[in-house]
Amino acid sequence: MLRLEARPQPSKLMSLLSPVLALVLTAILAALLFVALGKDPAKGLGIFFVEPLSNLRQFSEVLLKATPLITIALGLAVCYRSNVWNIGAEGQFLLGVLSGGGVALWLTTSGIVLPKIVAVPLVLAAGVLGGMAWASITAVLRDKFNASEILVSLMLVYVAQQLVNYMVFGPWKDPAGFNFPQTKNFDASTWLPNLLGGTRLHIGFLIALVLVGLTWVFMFRLFRGYQLQVGGLAPAAARYAGFSASTSLWTALLISGGLAGLAGGMEAIGSFKQITPHVSTGLGFTAIIVCFVGRLHPVGIIFAGLLLSMMIIGGELGQSRLGLPNALTGVFQGLLLVLLLACDTLIHYRVRVRSALAGAH
Amino acid sequence: MLRLELIGISKQYPSVRANDNVNLRVLPGEIHAVLGENGAGKSTMMKMIYGAVRPDEGEIRWNGEKVEIKNPQQARALGISMVFQHFSLFDTLTAAENVWLGLDKSMKLPEITQRITQVSKDYGLDVEPLRPVHSLSVGERQRVEIVRSLLTSPKLLILDEPTSVLTPQAVQKLFVTLRKLAADGCSILYISHKLDEIRALCHNCTVLRGGKVTGMVDPRTVDNAGLSRLMIGAEPPQLQHKQVKAGAVVMSVQGLSVPKLDQFGTTLSDIGFEVRAGEIVGVAGVSGNGQQELMAALSGEDPRGPQGSIKLFGKDIASHSPRRRRKEGLHFVPEERLGRGAVPVMSLAQNTLLTRTEAVSGSGWIRSTAVDLLAANLISRFNVKAGGTGAAAKSLSGGNLQKFIVGREIDANPKLLIVSQPTWGVDVGAAALIRGELLKLRDAGCALLIVSEELDELFEIADRLIVIAQGRMSPSIPTAEATIERIGEWMSGLWPQAGSLGAGSAAPAPATAQGVRHAQA
Repeated sequence: MLRLEARPQPSKLMSLLSPVLALVLTAILAALLFVALGKDPAKGLGIFFVEPLSNLRQFSEVLLKATPLITIALGLAVCYRSNVWNIGAEGQFLLGVLSGGGVALWLTTSGIVLPKIVAVPLVLAAGVLGGMAWASITAVLRDKFNASEILVSLMLVYVAQQLVNYMVFGPWKDPAGFNFPQTKNFDASTWLPNLLGGTRLHIGFLIALVLVGLTWVFMFRLFRGYQLQVGGLAPAAARYAGFSASTSLWTALLISGGLAGLAGGMEAIGSFKQITPHVSTGLGFTAIIVCFVGRLHPVGIIFAGLLLSMMIIGGELGQSRLGLPNALTGVFQGLLLVLLLACDTLIHYRVRVRSALAGAH
Repeated sequence: MLRLELIGISKQYPSVRANDNVNLRVLPGEIHAVLGENGAGKSTMMKMIYGAVRPDEGEIRWNGEKVEIKNPQQARALGISMVFQHFSLFDTLTAAENVWLGLDKSMKLPEITQRITQVSKDYGLDVEPLRPVHSLSVGERQRVEIVRSLLTSPKLLILDEPTSVLTPQAVQKLFVTLRKLAADGCSILYISHKLDEIRALCHNCTVLRGGKVTGMVDPRTVDNAGLSRLMIGAEPPQLQHKQVKAGAVVMSVQGLSVPKLDQFGTTLSDIGFEVRAGEIVGVAGVSGNGQQELMAALSGEDPRGPQGSIKLFGKDIASHSPRRRRKEGLHFVPEERLGRGAVPVMSLAQNTLLTRTEAVSGSGWIRSTAVDLLAANLISRFNVKAGGTGAAAKSLSGGNLQKFIVGREIDANPKLLIVSQPTWGVDVGAAALIRGELLKLRDAGCALLIVSEELDELFEIADRLIVIAQGRMSPSIPTAEATIERIGEWMSGLWPQAGSLGAGSAAPAPATAQGVRHAQA
């Protein structure tokens, strides 16, 4: 008979192993799923976990996709550690695309050609501000009216999507675009500089890595970050210490909104170079999984971001190579998160095998 | 024949052997005390008798026959009943409905109501069956719990620290009931760490230390020192209580009224008192009479106190945040150690940062080595047993964590230290150390305000006493002039000049009344 027994101390090892275990279980279930779909499981798994790393071009795509995932997840980690449940990073990301892309579009249409060193930071700053503004709606409603930040931030995602639709179907539609709902292509002076010749990888990835370091410093070296985490772990202790709950709420939401907005700005001038209704591919939601698989830790988030990015690329390859359904990536991501949460039980409990005799005693 | 016998009972938990070859013998009609410090294994033993936990080894005999008690239902069927320290009553239901819920449903509610009235009369337990529980005082709630147990006609009644929530008078009343029960043949297991009570009430006493039985004595023939030697292996050190002259007023509270936050809270009304440098003012009271609300208002966690109601060195601090009050010299030790006084999963080093920001630079950087050093100093200065500065707060025992938290605030050299329940759930050795440190701080000229539900503790260390009852504050009285009886009376709201509350109370002695006016002026 198997039973769970509480550990005297949470296991540090298990906390690190749990994501690995969840990944292995996901792969096993994925293999079963391939068999059920009538595909060769070895080939299927290869597409998802080997193919994306097999050559430089594919690998650079993995890094490219991981960039916004990591950037958004860093902000979410700060939020979740503060016990502020921002589920609407997707909406903040879209506002980043709109405001960052909006600046780029304005520069393009008004024919202003700025040096890259000015134009790119301008666009990215606009992206950050856009994301922050969107997150601050959630913060105000939470702070003043005690509205659930989970619901408000989530619902604002759909509002943000409609806002994108309105802009590209309306005021920002490219007059020379054959009535397609899209903006003009941005001027090359606003594009993010390329990082690796022959690939689409841009310096956004380096920015994300720098942000990893900054987030680590904020979380573990700055008093402000400490205050946020105390508020998340023990609200009564934060009240006792005199750390303001509303300052923490605002800090957490502005940081995560700002980082999601930054990711949006980077995508706008890094990958899309124009705005279409399809700029949203659920990155803001995938980043939630990245955040948890990465154990809410900046370094863990790098690995988790690469992993989830690999699964996205693998899903695209699977569609073209094996004719797998588009939804499969989402299924795998969901599986990974659910299995991770299940495996996390082992951090606080261990499995004990008890003989029937001992049970009857 | 013995009513209950435990033979060689052991219980191993993952990190601790809670009971180690424990024996217990209880006669019919005997009031048997189980004495021990926190963590000595009392609760584990009771849980095994009540069927909530199963022993690893040993046997339990009930009326001479070997039994296996698999669950609480079975224990109740045998005739074992338990009154827990924390009540399990539904606030919105009446007393009778609560009792009815806890029993098998063979009786109808009106029948139960009648039985309650009968049992209440038989044993002198005042319970009005039709009153909703939220309108009952803590003592009344406990009586509902006891009546619920008695309706099952138990042969063995287990009481877990029953007096921690009662006034001295209510304790005497409870004892009358228990003696009557025992005279009727019911055995009583009385769990406590209060030596005086055990010596006054119990026929026999089993002492536990570190999971082992260290003695079986007749408490009526042993003195407190003897009992505590068995309990902690040594006598607690005697405190040095020097008479110190109180200095200038440090904190003055006047007209502090704060409405309650929820229906089960207590409204503070027109609280007023003073604390002077170099004195300890003790706040007595039955739990739930506004102590928590008062502490939150004084510490700044609840900043709703009216303007000018709280002054520190004459300066109004009523609207200041806890951090700002701390900067001005007001430090506070809350009663909840885990989750309020310390963040459970954070290390001791990180927990020093809650109230000690010396190691934080002006620009908000944490200097880790300085933090570590500070934590290490606290650990050695206050004799905290912990696995280093990196140990999580929740890995410490209650006593050690309390030493750490009290130490953290004392070490900050406060001008006013407010402590809530300084030795709650703390073993005798740690309690003595903490009280000693508080006295040292007083002798160094700090003003102290100490809230405690243990009257003995207040009488031991306080220079002046005030009583809080139903959200109101009594006048203060020098400890030397106070008696347990008078404070007990005050604890039920009957003090001189208590207004509507005090109607019909005994006339105050003139000397005290004068002292009172003087202290209030």
